Amino acid sequence: MALPISGVPTAPDATGQLAGTEPGPTGTDQARPPASHALARMGRAIRHNRKAATGTILLLIFLFTALFPGVIAHDNPATDAYAPKLGLSTAHLLGTTAYGQDMWAQLVWGTRNVMIIAFVVGLAATGIAVLIGVAAAYLGGLWDGTLSLLTDVLLVIPLFPLLIIIAGYAHGGGTLVLIVVITVTSWSYTARQLRSQALSLRHRDFLQAARVRGERRLYIIVVEVIPTMTSLIVASFLTNALYAVLFASSLQFIGLGDPGTQSWGTMLYWAQNNAALQTGQPMWALAPGACIAALGAAFALLNYAFDEIGNPALRPVRRKRVKSA
Amino acid sequence: MSDDAPAQDGAAPLLRTEGLTKHFKIGNALSRRTLHAVDDVSLEIGDREIVALAGESGSGKSTIARLLAKLYKPTSGEIYFQGQPVSRLRSRADSLNYTGLVPMVFQDPFSSINPVMRISHGILRGLKLHRPELSAAQRRAEAERVFEVVGLTPAAEVLQRYPHELSGGQRQRVGFAQALALRPKLILADEPVSMLDVSIRIGLLNLMARLRDEEGVSILYITHDIASARYIADRLIVMYAGQIAETGPVEEVLAAPKHPYTQLLLSAVPDPRAPLDITAETDRGEPPRVIDPVPGCRFRWRCPLAIDECHQATPGLAEMGPRHEAACFVAQAGAEVKAF
Amino acid sequence: MPEPILRVDGLTVEYLMERGAVRAVEDVSFDLAPGEFIGVVGESGCGKSTMLFAIAQLLAPPAEITAGSVTFQGRSLVGLTDKQLAAVRWKDLSVVMQSAMNALNPVKSIGAQFRDAMRAHSVTSKAEIAGRSAEVLRMVGIDPVHLKSYPHQLSGGMRQRSMIAMAMLFTPDLVIMDEPTSALDVVAQRSLMVQIKDLQHRLGFAIIFVTHDMSLVSHFSDRLMVMYAGQVAEFGPTRQVFDAPLHPYSTGLLEAFPSIRGPRLPLTGIPGSPPDLARPPAGCRFAPRCPKVMDECRTTSPALYQAGRVQVRCLLHSPDHGPDQNLRNGTPPPGSATGSVNTVAAGGGAAGSVATEEGSGDE
Repeated sequence: MALPISGVPTAPDATGQLAGTEPGPTGTDQARPPASHALARMGRAIRHNRKAATGTILLLIFLFTALFPGVIAHDNPATDAYAPKLGLSTAHLLGTTAYGQDMWAQLVWGTRNVMIIAFVVGLAATGIAVLIGVAAAYLGGLWDGTLSLLTDVLLVIPLFPLLIIIAGYAHGGGTLVLIVVITVTSWSYTARQLRSQALSLRHRDFLQAARVRGERRLYIIVVEVIPTMTSLIVASFLTNALYAVLFASSLQFIGLGDPGTQSWGTMLYWAQNNAALQTGQPMWALAPGACIAALGAAFALLNYAFDEIGNPALRPVRRKRVKSA
Repeated sequence: MSDDAPAQDGAAPLLRTEGLTKHFKIGNALSRRTLHAVDDVSLEIGDREIVALAGESGSGKSTIARLLAKLYKPTSGEIYFQGQPVSRLRSRADSLNYTGLVPMVFQDPFSSINPVMRISHGILRGLKLHRPELSAAQRRAEAERVFEVVGLTPAAEVLQRYPHELSGGQRQRVGFAQALALRPKLILADEPVSMLDVSIRIGLLNLMARLRDEEGVSILYITHDIASARYIADRLIVMYAGQIAETGPVEEVLAAPKHPYTQLLLSAVPDPRAPLDITAETDRGEPPRVIDPVPGCRFRWRCPLAIDECHQATPGLAEMGPRHEAACFVAQAGAEVKAF
Repeated sequence: MPEPILRVDGLTVEYLMERGAVRAVEDVSFDLAPGEFIGVVGESGCGKSTMLFAIAQLLAPPAEITAGSVTFQGRSLVGLTDKQLAAVRWKDLSVVMQSAMNALNPVKSIGAQFRDAMRAHSVTSKAEIAGRSAEVLRMVGIDPVHLKSYPHQLSGGMRQRSMIAMAMLFTPDLVIMDEPTSALDVVAQRSLMVQIKDLQHRLGFAIIFVTHDMSLVSHFSDRLMVMYAGQVAEFGPTRQVFDAPLHPYSTGLLEAFPSIRGPRLPLTGIPGSPPDLARPPAGCRFAPRCPKVMDECRTTSPALYQAGRVQVRCLLHSPDHGPDQNLRNGTPPPGSATGSVNTVAAGGGAAGSVATEEGSGDE
């Protein structure tokens, strides 16, 4: 049974929630940073949530690698300067490929491509999702009908086959094509989520107040509605980034990316072409596979964590302090 | 706008509605039905006057506020503000002018302020939209001034806070400050104190009375609490099922209620100072049906005095005393009404 | 005095938060006689609902009973397992929540929910279930045809009535009610109160009734408990608390209600707002808002003093308040020479003198 416990101070990370229903003893707390400042709230939440902390650390490692690959791997990943199929050694941490490239360097330099795709697709798809989802919910009527239909159509089309077809059409277009293709196909799921949250906000008094004040609709959507959905928007970004990593790697793996780019998916493609597992070079396939899994896990962990932060009901019940005698 | 307002009877009302009606379509394509939220309501609000609009939930009182705030379009009928029909306000400038003169304060202090913005956001935006002649510094100074007026001190500091740092009572004061900053003539207050604690309520009611006395603002005070209506209002309008049941000077209506519904409402108000007169099986307070209503008094099913006429026709308002009107056939026939 | 049906002793509930414990209910003790009606009033955040949940053992983390006991029919409820509680709850002790819309299952008919409740307490005979369901609905004045209705098909008043009917299924000895009428209009509210009182007359159960509206229980409860900031401020026979409130907070609450009769008087309400329970003020918790505040109120926490048949947490009614008062009238009490106390005294100067006059008038 849900207990409507009246007027108790809620947990610190819940105070800024939209669902502030009960008048608690408020009003005097200025020492605390404003909990409604979504970013401050997230920072605090990340520190208090194990999933969020793990995800953040993983993501930071990959980010650093993507930004400064030269610091970590000194070899040029493209040059086939070494003997092929070397085993693991201090000179070649993961050995060399069948073409004589340093595999560690390929893995490290390949991070950048994946990260670019993840972040650009994450941002772009979330941007589209926010605009379409919130506009549909807030404008309602015919707008909602049209935009929701578009969203739903995209949602029911099997995405990966569609991706293969489009990417096949634009074969050889490289990273930019991948980004566009994945963005166009993957925003619909999060748009649906954002729409339903915006729908629940639609009749809140502060939006009516903005209308009575005389605000234009675009202003209300951009300034009044969207900032109250920050945690869901961050979660959308993480979802989209996760799908971007998986889709991009898969497309590159089946050869629909540019085989010349340095990326984990391309590594897998070449490993597959050279039957790496059968010819005693498991690292060629395992290392990029593990990296894709780890980056995906980073996004997924952060996403779970934000779900928990945004929805206190999902938070695992933990006794904060042992009963003192 | 006020210059060419026709002066009728010496004092033209600030706001007047004529046959104001709002119907909502409900149900699906197979069973389309019509909810009569507000039916044929004509009311007046004068200068420097607090008019209480009282009734139970579903009586249409909040719908009237939203119609007056132009959040809803009336199904039929017209609102005249300073003599001018509001439906003719087409341009954005005219609309802004009207909503600035007739702002609204909402019921729920916990949802009427954007939780992620500082308190200053709403009032500064309001000033920017409605008083564009002010500079940014003047806007802030004006915001601080009205915050002081409504008792939010220190104003500069309160403006910097976030909504969750304010108590419910303080948030409702923010609502009134936002309205007041627009230099309104009439504030639509939709149950502004019903979600506040008892000890806080009086402070807000006193504030409303002060706004009338010192700032010359009229207030439409929407409430289900007759006692608080009596405390601050000059006139009382009792609504039942989307129609006006009774209206008149508040003391007069409470001292000699003519409509059986008003009598029922008054008898139900808990009063710790008075002895309890438990009238065995009292009225249940079942809300009225206003979906596809047929002619007839809408209170007749609950009314112990209902006569044949009440089932045939819908009673209109008729004069019972000076400015005191009631919509009841029994009362209009001159009979002594003592239903509850 | 008959054996109490419920004995609450030193009940303390804390919310165990990362920032530290927040004491939402502090040291509440009372006995409830069979068939007695106790009203609990207070503002939001005063701990009245938390106390109710603690008595019914419905607290969820992070709230926890950290001290005290709840004894129901001679049996301690604190620390019982859910299974043991289930046997007690509903059969002997039932709970009616604030919002029937939340407490009732929206996708099940009223009758099905009654059936589930009875099956859970091992009533399996179909005839018995149908008979009892119809009987309790009739008891609260609802036609049994509504057993087939879903919650959304009923009006707010009827939903609350069916909640009460559901609580009556096993003829409990104690019914705990958390603002069951607060979502209703005045007419429905009064009607429901009359109904509850009538049921109590017929069936003889005891009631603890929590509300924020003091006037609502004025004619119905035997004793009234006024809570403020997690503590009992005043507790005594209802009429006595209404006619001659001893705690300045009770007085303030009563005076905050405008009346529909008598002269129209300007009211002031109670200035300020309740304290943050994470950091309650030193001394009396009501001191910052109290019109009768004295210097010592800001340093001394008042205990719950017995004043005739009423218990009151106010230093004005402390047994050793008299001599202290004499001292105050003459010379300033020791310690008031420090700057901080002086500023405090200056702030509440006018109010303080009122209290002094009253104090000397009593003697």
